[in-house]
Amino acid sequence: MQRRGSARQAVDSHGVGALVRFTLHQFPYDLRALLRNRQARFFTLALPVIFLVLFASIFGGHHTVAVSGGRIDTSAYYVPGIITLGIVGASFVNLVISVTSQREAGVLKRRRATPVPAAAIIAGRALTAVVTALAITVVLFAIGWGAYHVHVPARTAPALLVAVVVGTISFCCLGFALASVIRDEDAAQPITQAVTLPLYFISGVFVATSLFPHWLVDVAGVFPVRHLAAALLTAYNPHTQGAGFAGKDLLVMAAWGTGGLVVALRRFSWLPVGR
Amino acid sequence: MAEATGRQGNPARDPIIEVRGLRMRYGDFEAVRGIDLTVERGDVFAFLGPNGAGKTTTVEILEGYRRRTGGEVRVLGADPQNAGPQWRARIGVVLQESEPERDLTVAECLALYAGYYPSPRDVDDTMALVGLADRAEVTASRLSGGERRRLDVALALIGDPELLFLDEPTTGFDPNARRAAWDMIGGLRALGVTVFLTTHFMDEAEHLADHVVVIAGGRVVAEGPPGTLGGREKAAARISFSLPPGTTEASLPEVVRGAVAERDGDRLVLRAASPVSVLGPLTRWAEEAGLDLPDLEVQRPSLEEVYLALTTGPGPR
Repeated sequence: MQRRGSARQAVDSHGVGALVRFTLHQFPYDLRALLRNRQARFFTLALPVIFLVLFASIFGGHHTVAVSGGRIDTSAYYVPGIITLGIVGASFVNLVISVTSQREAGVLKRRRATPVPAAAIIAGRALTAVVTALAITVVLFAIGWGAYHVHVPARTAPALLVAVVVGTISFCCLGFALASVIRDEDAAQPITQAVTLPLYFISGVFVATSLFPHWLVDVAGVFPVRHLAAALLTAYNPHTQGAGFAGKDLLVMAAWGTGGLVVALRRFSWLPVGR
Repeated sequence: MAEATGRQGNPARDPIIEVRGLRMRYGDFEAVRGIDLTVERGDVFAFLGPNGAGKTTTVEILEGYRRRTGGEVRVLGADPQNAGPQWRARIGVVLQESEPERDLTVAECLALYAGYYPSPRDVDDTMALVGLADRAEVTASRLSGGERRRLDVALALIGDPELLFLDEPTTGFDPNARRAAWDMIGGLRALGVTVFLTTHFMDEAEHLADHVVVIAGGRVVAEGPPGTLGGREKAAARISFSLPPGTTEASLPEVVRGAVAERDGDRLVLRAASPVSVLGPLTRWAEEAGLDLPDLEVQRPSLEEVYLALTTGPGPR
């Protein structure tokens, strides 16, 4: 501020304006890189659609699932379940893999040598995750609505949006946290799969939790995937009374997200750590 | 020059980097043990040393990546460990190991980085400068090793820096790619960019640098222009030739015989502090006898030899 040179002032003062400007500069490049990456396109964007079509086609139409307040068609159960998978895939799995590989490849280190604020690089990448997660949610929502007649009541629509946003941001923070403790780029993919796959199963993404023993439901209840799935299901469940805000589920997710943020802030490294 | 006063001062004394007594300790291990460096503006400065000598640690301190444990460091008039974005806008960094932005094209990588700087260079001009103009639309991860390195340099130049750090820019290159890289680095002089070059190749330093500093074991062991490093210009020249058929060592002029240092069959190796005083009598002798010396060679110690002597020390080789 005390310096002259107005051109550099914007860069120098790490004000909110500069941060937003750099974040909006970074974001389209990160998004473009993600969309161009074949692996990311398949696992993050195509796979949730394939899963929804498969599960809803195989089990939907003739079967029902017991949920809070009554029974719903199986396809109506799978739409929020697969949205859970889509959100976790975009904001957590993809983020962990790309951030770890960028760090180990020296890309983050090189960016750190430029005048761009560190927070803008983080925010740009987080924004990419949020936008991707929202996009995949919209696609799954539309397929559920159009192909399987799975509707969200208007009174719970705001609750659906809140669950999507809280879940996306929380998993984003957890993604930065996990990336900061993985030392090796090659380990990022298997570690994220090892973390998420069992959680998808016990959280009712693939199999309704009403079929599970109680202890397994209790174990799943510790982790955030279960709470994202539950919050989305609450909004989708036509038996839900009122606005459908799943307060406890949102709180647990937010707590995990905050914990992730603390770990990320303490452990995040710009330099490669695996060498 | 002594009259040169006022704001401009003496152009020959304008240090862009000044380091005094730099120390860096990792736990019990002291990687850098009191290094002094001065880099003049406009120079290509070569920082030489074997692996583990403390090169990368020193460079990372100068670049602002690490906090030192002792000594004074000024780079572009600021202390790198407290310097802000305004300072970073004036330096360019080519890391030893960095891959390109994976799924962006060459032009996109440069546009992304251009947006980080307050007054960047033109993207097309910068691609042309490093010879990547015809590769603009190629995905960066599909470039060859040499092209990737040129993209690294382009990314470091896009902010129009005054000072460029190049950490082992040609490691792993084939000879053609190295030559091309050298030409490009040599071309940076024309831009007025000061280059801080880290390398463990002697020929690279000799080819490119105005000033060389050699470190070993965390200390400076020699410094100077490449031609005089380690007293190289004063060291004895090595003259070798094979005795022409029908001649013997005893028939050589006395001054030549006195300089013989080694024999390998008919091949003689002479050592001479002033080569002309030996070469003159030797060639006159051959000319008068109507003989030729087709494999006559004169060498001064290579920078490689000087460097090995400096960095391995007097102990067993």
